[in-house]
Amino acid sequence: MSGSLLQERRPGGGANLAAEPVLEVKELKKHFPVRKGILRRTVGHVYAVDGVSFSIAQGETLGLVGESGCGKSTVGRAVMRLVEPTSGRIRLNGHDITRLSKAEMRPHRREMQIIFQDPYSSLNPRMPVGRIVGEPLYVHGIGTAKEREERVAALFERVGLRAAQMKNYPHEFSGGQRQRIGIARALTLDPKLIIGDEPVSALDVSIQAQVINLLMDLQQEKRLSYLFIAHDLAVVKHISHRIAVMYLGRIVELADTRTLFTDPQHPYTEALLAAVPVPNPRQKRKRRILQGDVPSPIRPPPGCHFHTRCPYAEERCRREVPVAKEVAPGHVVACHLR
Amino acid sequence: MTQTAAARLATGAEAAPAPAAEPVLAVEDLQTYFYTRRGLLKAVDRVSFSVGAGETLAIVGESGCGKSITALSVMRLVPSPPGRIVGGSVRLRGRDLLRLSEEEMRQIRGNEISMIFQEPMTSLNPVLTIGNQISEALILHQDVSRKAAMERAVEMLRLVRIPEPERRAREYPHQLSGGMRQRAMIAMALACNPKVLLADEPTTALDVTIQAQILELILELQQRLGTAVVLITHDLGVVAETAQRVIVMYAGRKVEEADVTSLFDEPLHPYTRGLMGSIPRLDMPETGTKGADRLQEIPGMVPPLNALPPGCAFAPRCAMATEKCQAEYPPYRELRPGHWSACWHAERLMAGGA
Repeated sequence: MSGSLLQERRPGGGANLAAEPVLEVKELKKHFPVRKGILRRTVGHVYAVDGVSFSIAQGETLGLVGESGCGKSTVGRAVMRLVEPTSGRIRLNGHDITRLSKAEMRPHRREMQIIFQDPYSSLNPRMPVGRIVGEPLYVHGIGTAKEREERVAALFERVGLRAAQMKNYPHEFSGGQRQRIGIARALTLDPKLIIGDEPVSALDVSIQAQVINLLMDLQQEKRLSYLFIAHDLAVVKHISHRIAVMYLGRIVELADTRTLFTDPQHPYTEALLAAVPVPNPRQKRKRRILQGDVPSPIRPPPGCHFHTRCPYAEERCRREVPVAKEVAPGHVVACHLR
Repeated sequence: MTQTAAARLATGAEAAPAPAAEPVLAVEDLQTYFYTRRGLLKAVDRVSFSVGAGETLAIVGESGCGKSITALSVMRLVPSPPGRIVGGSVRLRGRDLLRLSEEEMRQIRGNEISMIFQEPMTSLNPVLTIGNQISEALILHQDVSRKAAMERAVEMLRLVRIPEPERRAREYPHQLSGGMRQRAMIAMALACNPKVLLADEPTTALDVTIQAQILELILELQQRLGTAVVLITHDLGVVAETAQRVIVMYAGRKVEEADVTSLFDEPLHPYTRGLMGSIPRLDMPETGTKGADRLQEIPGMVPPLNALPPGCAFAPRCAMATEKCQAEYPPYRELRPGHWSACWHAERLMAGGA
């Protein structure tokens, strides 16, 4: 289905070496200035993303979890270059894209796409959905009008919509269908990497299952890589091969899915797992509930950001930022106590 | 008013528990219709349930199933027009709320029955301090002075474990975090020590660690005060951890009802079964093969309320559906003691047959 339409004009060309990750992020930082007063003087910064590193291989899903305000969405947006990173490096298919200009960025844009939580706000209400899905082909000047239409029709069928629905407008679709449209649009240019920013969070559970299954099927078919950003641990566990846990702008733990759930090493991961209600009334348990709120990212606590809520915190945690270390192959933890 | 609110609440002096047999809130054959340009929408269609003192009943279902409208109907807060309660009864300790005047109803809302909502920011008044909003209900219903009401508001904030309650009482909603706002809402809802608390997705907008705090708080206060809680949610995990009994709604109707353990052990409606199969589970072992474990899908989507099929509303999405299901709405039957289901084929779902 991806067809000949898209074969030419790929940056760098050639097949990836198996070992080379599709996406590599190193020490990524994004600080937003906080401005006050009539002179809009910068009085501080929101440390939204504060030194985040990870990589994603071809065909792999990396889940990025954390609570609201932890910076997980900003990571997705910085990778897409929708916000400019303050520092750090982003490599896509081996190309450093961190500082590319708009024009230089263009050929790389088709390699990665993003799906948002609320598909309705990301679909132009005045455009028939067929045109929305076909727009990227048009922008990149790919194929003839007829070829483009055929490709869009094929995409519609693939994501579980009917080709006849191409001429309808976004408001004529349900939430689940709109998310399918968002997925079709992301697939139009046959990208290597798809960033999903809470892509199923707004959907009802029965519809959520349909969309998750679709995403996983597409991954198998096209060897897609996903950066799957979500707050729902059960969903992330289901879809991800590896998971990174974020707290206040930093990754506190990163491991393969099985290890993270069976052997969590960071106290925050532990608390997060314990907080999720389990749909089994026979397992009602008395659990230790994490107290307090997430501190403000404008004035994050010194040392380990988590020390204000951590039951095990020691003196050192209040002063020194813990360095991420590999406690087992592929299992990275940033905690003084490990 | 010599006793502090907390002390009063702690002793439960006013919460005379209803006799176990008699429910605090009994809803029977409730029908709430919406008269719209798209036609008649039966948002709540003959729904019945009851809840006793200190008990938690969960109402589960997906968006549009009528669970929120059910709660709004109990509060008599359905926007009218287009909505209208056209039948049934809502008895609060024997008294039918649907027969009360608007004036009488105002005496009950926030006093004997309270409701908390998903998004506290939309139900808190942004230009009033938290303390003022809580005292408002007290001044209105309990005939106390402004000063005494404010003292009690601070007590309530302490009760819901808001740190520095005196300072927080003087703050405005936007100065509080999401979890704090929800605590303030709960403080407000419980200030008059209501008999019934309707909680509509009270933790859906919150982070999991905060959700755990809020659920624990609701349950703890419920135990202390003997409040009957109706918890409306789409989250089966929340249901399993908080409710004693559950009703499942689909397209405006109740399709299943059971105690929480029976429902999860042996769901007797294909829709309930489908819901349980479609959620990813944290408590299941990780297989390590991502492609292999697909989630069970419920095909299609909920039919629009103005175009419900003549028979069972779930039939178009149901793998077990037969011609009978398309043609005739299934009767609501008690298949095991206390376990009800509206499905022609429920026997086939029962472990070991009928």
